[in-house]
Amino acid sequence: MSDEIRHEWPLFEVFVRAKRGLNHVHVGSLRAADHPMALHHARDLYTRRNEGVSIWVVRSDDVVSSGPDDKDAFFAPSGDKAYRHPTYYSIPDSVPHI
Amino acid sequence: MTGEQVFEETIAKDQRVEPRDWMPDGYRKTMIRQIAQHAHSEIIGMQPEGAWITRAPTLRRKAILLAKVQDEAGHGLYLYSAAETLGADRGDLTRRLIDGRQKYSSIFNYPTLTFADVGVIGWLVDGAAICNQVPLCRSSYGPYARAMIRICKEESFHQRQGYELLMTMMRGTAAQREMVQDATDRWWWPSLMMFGPPDDESPNSAQSMAWKIKRHSNDDLRQRFVDMSVPQAEALGVTLPDPALRWNADREHYDFGEIDWVEFKRVISGGGPMNAERIAHRRRADEDGAWVREAAAAHAAKRAKVGAA
Repeated sequence: MSDEIRHEWPLFEVFVRAKRGLNHVHVGSLRAADHPMALHHARDLYTRRNEGVSIWVVRSDDVVSSGPDDKDAFFAPSGDKAYRHPTYYSIPDSVPHI
Repeated sequence: MTGEQVFEETIAKDQRVEPRDWMPDGYRKTMIRQIAQHAHSEIIGMQPEGAWITRAPTLRRKAILLAKVQDEAGHGLYLYSAAETLGADRGDLTRRLIDGRQKYSSIFNYPTLTFADVGVIGWLVDGAAICNQVPLCRSSYGPYARAMIRICKEESFHQRQGYELLMTMMRGTAAQREMVQDATDRWWWPSLMMFGPPDDESPNSAQSMAWKIKRHSNDDLRQRFVDMSVPQAEALGVTLPDPALRWNADREHYDFGEIDWVEFKRVISGGGPMNAERIAHRRRADEDGAWVREAAAAHAAKRAKVGAA
């Protein structure tokens, strides 16, 4: 009986802000019954040594991501737009502060 | 490019394979097996030292040991998390461990007879683990490599607390010094076995090296551990229980005696002094905790329903 329900806790992704001024960064995942428990588990599991000042937990099945197969459609077009980079423009060395 | 070509190129360029990438079935299976075995070792590894938490001689040692055992739990969970990125299920892995279908490190099948064992486990067992694990921080599978980086940072505390504990005992009474020597005698050879079978008897090694799952051979890592440990033993004032142990100027390494591979095989296949007890304990913890997991899940489901209404 317990076999069926035993592993029904959903998976959560954990993001930790290491210190003020930095983004939250993905650090791993964990299992929890709900969001408050996920937050407590994340504190115990990922911040035992002052690794963070803030934690986000997100249900893994709520994350939508691009896949490896989407690589070309998503990222290839930016490759041929060199004019988006400052080094594309030649300015004489004699011009200051630019 | 096909998924296979991307995979080959990723490995060749020494880049990391990530969860949603195409990978050969063999790579996925090997990674799951290795990560699960590693996770199980961390979880089972809580038991030998956990047994001493209530009997630690001072509040300071108790707090240290508690933190260390908590770390082992954390390491197990980082690793189960990495295994789940490959499609493994955490609960299923635990069942496989309890049913004896997946293994864990043979080292945890030896008993911790005295408090000196806590120190020697930190010094030698965690020392050997660090030797094994540092190269795994560059393993080709991204989530595993990242978990190993966290683990290695924390293992350093484990080894140092053990060595400091032993130094304290060596400054104590003659009886305490004897305890340290006795624990060293019992743990030295099992620690050398932690690196696995010799290279010519390690069937999966070549493929794992080609896939960059593994970076050094078992024998290379074992030699590195012996070379590190000898001066540490001297500084501590204990004798390592191997009459064949001596510096070889030609090789610029320590030579050491023959490992008892018969014992290794016996312990790994369930015949060690503590195998049955370790698994029974893990099974009991899983069964005793079942109602808590079920109640928490039921509570969460009920609250979700109330929230939706």
